[in-house]
Amino acid sequence: MEKQTMIQLQNVDAGYPGAVILENISFNVFKGEIFILLGGSGCGKSTVMKHMIGLNPVLSGNLRVAGLEWDFDTRTELCRKIGVMFQSGALFGSMTCLENVMLPIREFTSSKKRACCERAMQLLRDVELEDAADKMPSEISGGMRKRVAIARAMALDPEIVFLDEPSAGLDPITSAALDDLILKLRAEKGMTFVIVTHELDSIFKIADRCAMFDKSRRAMIALGRPQELKHKSEDAFVKRFFNRGSE
Amino acid sequence: MISPFSFVGSKVAGACRSCADVCAYIGESVCAFGGILFHPSRFRAGDFFLAFQRAAFDGLVITSGIGLLLGLILAFESAAALRMFGAEVYVSDLLAIGLFRELGPLVTAIVLAGRSGSAFAAEIGTMKVDEELDALTTMGLSPVRFLVPPRVAAAVLAMPILTVFAELAGLAGGAGVLSLMGVPFEVFVEHVTDSTGLFAVVFGLVKGALFGLAIGMVGCYAGMRAKSTADAVGVAATSAVVSGIVSIALIDGLLAVLCYICGV
Ligand SMILES: Nc1ncnc2c1ncn2[C@@H]1O[C@H](COP(=O)(O)OP(=O)(O)OP(=O)(O)O)[C@@H](O)[C@H]1O
Ligand SMILES: [Mg+2]
Repeated sequence: MEKQTMIQLQNVDAGYPGAVILENISFNVFKGEIFILLGGSGCGKSTVMKHMIGLNPVLSGNLRVAGLEWDFDTRTELCRKIGVMFQSGALFGSMTCLENVMLPIREFTSSKKRACCERAMQLLRDVELEDAADKMPSEISGGMRKRVAIARAMALDPEIVFLDEPSAGLDPITSAALDDLILKLRAEKGMTFVIVTHELDSIFKIADRCAMFDKSRRAMIALGRPQELKHKSEDAFVKRFFNRGSE
Repeated sequence: MISPFSFVGSKVAGACRSCADVCAYIGESVCAFGGILFHPSRFRAGDFFLAFQRAAFDGLVITSGIGLLLGLILAFESAAALRMFGAEVYVSDLLAIGLFRELGPLVTAIVLAGRSGSAFAAEIGTMKVDEELDALTTMGLSPVRFLVPPRVAAAVLAMPILTVFAELAGLAGGAGVLSLMGVPFEVFVEHVTDSTGLFAVVFGLVKGALFGLAIGMVGCYAGMRAKSTADAVGVAATSAVVSGIVSIALIDGLLAVLCYICGV
């Protein structure tokens, strides 16, 4: 059976106006896949993700999400299909955690306040944070903030979920629980995940495929299953990455 | 070395881009307000009350204080000149006209630009640095629709209230000075009521509301266009105050010309 392409990058130059960060990257992400973006710090993972979620236009090349290009007419439709967790969490500081998770539900569904609240509580329970519901983001820890942000990204059952370093700052137990949550959501709802992470354990547990970028070569240097990359790649950087720095 | 042509060209192109950007922002804000007229539930009342409290109530003391000082200073300075003609009592007329038509709203607006305009810019600028605006955008919510109306409404409503307090405090200051010079309070009140009609008072308050609109819009704009660097929030706040005061002066000038043409 032909796999449905959710995200398609063709010869994309990623970066900011006047600053090319990565050149000529091409890959597809398929429906129901857990796709990992890998690479050293500052190599442009968040940049590529910002292109995919329509915040910055690509410098050149072709980027399609769910078959559509980002533009004025498709923006509303595409925004409903994606859920994003930013590297910093990006919770709204003037709202409690519960209100943060409730915001997209209230804005985009016609449910009554009570129903929205219950749905938001359920999401917070999924990330084991029902106790923090009434706290402000400034009153909880960095790891907790990330988990609230993940709950918010999942709020509208998006087709594609983008997570920028979801497990950075989480203890191994919570991080493993997060991996289980991702696998569960994929199995139940067929969600597609694009995740930036450096956790090798997590990568081997959940990833279907990864793309690796290198800052010095300004290019995508590897694409494939994590096991294949670890054992079969000839590239010195890829080898070092998967062997934690040793050759 | 860059040639003078390319220098001028890039400056002009930059200015055109900024103009287009400002127009887009104003258009989007108008749409946001229009949307609220049709769907009042979209208005973020919580944000509004918080901004209003900070702008109006927390600013009462300082605005009244400055109004009082302004009244004192105006009265002293003008009394010195008018006394030569034995016309100290006309200080009250001067004060009333000056405060209600011009100085009350103007001084209040400058204080509001410093307090609330910069606060809006800093608040929204911090949200920008923390990627909160990006988060709104990816949720399909327009940051302008979400953030601008409550703050602008707060500034527009706070201005007339603060203006009234500044004006009353200014009059009180003037009355104090005049009583020192032997002008009885009743005479002062009589002169004030005779010299200012309802029009002057309402005109001053409407002008104040317009200033509030400008301060709110400029403050939010500065925040939204903040860069994502560490010093960006400070830069945004500064530019909100400077541009706020410039836009107040522009509006005031326009209204003065308009009044002159209409003969009021
Ligand atoms: N607004 C910007 N304008 C220009 N260059 C930028 C901007 N933001 C980031 N960069 C540059 O883009 C490069 C990639 O940044 P990016 O945030 O994508 O890295 P990353 O791979 O996500 O790193 P990390 O793992 O540390 O999050 C960096 O070298 C950075 O200096
Ligand atoms: Mg990053």
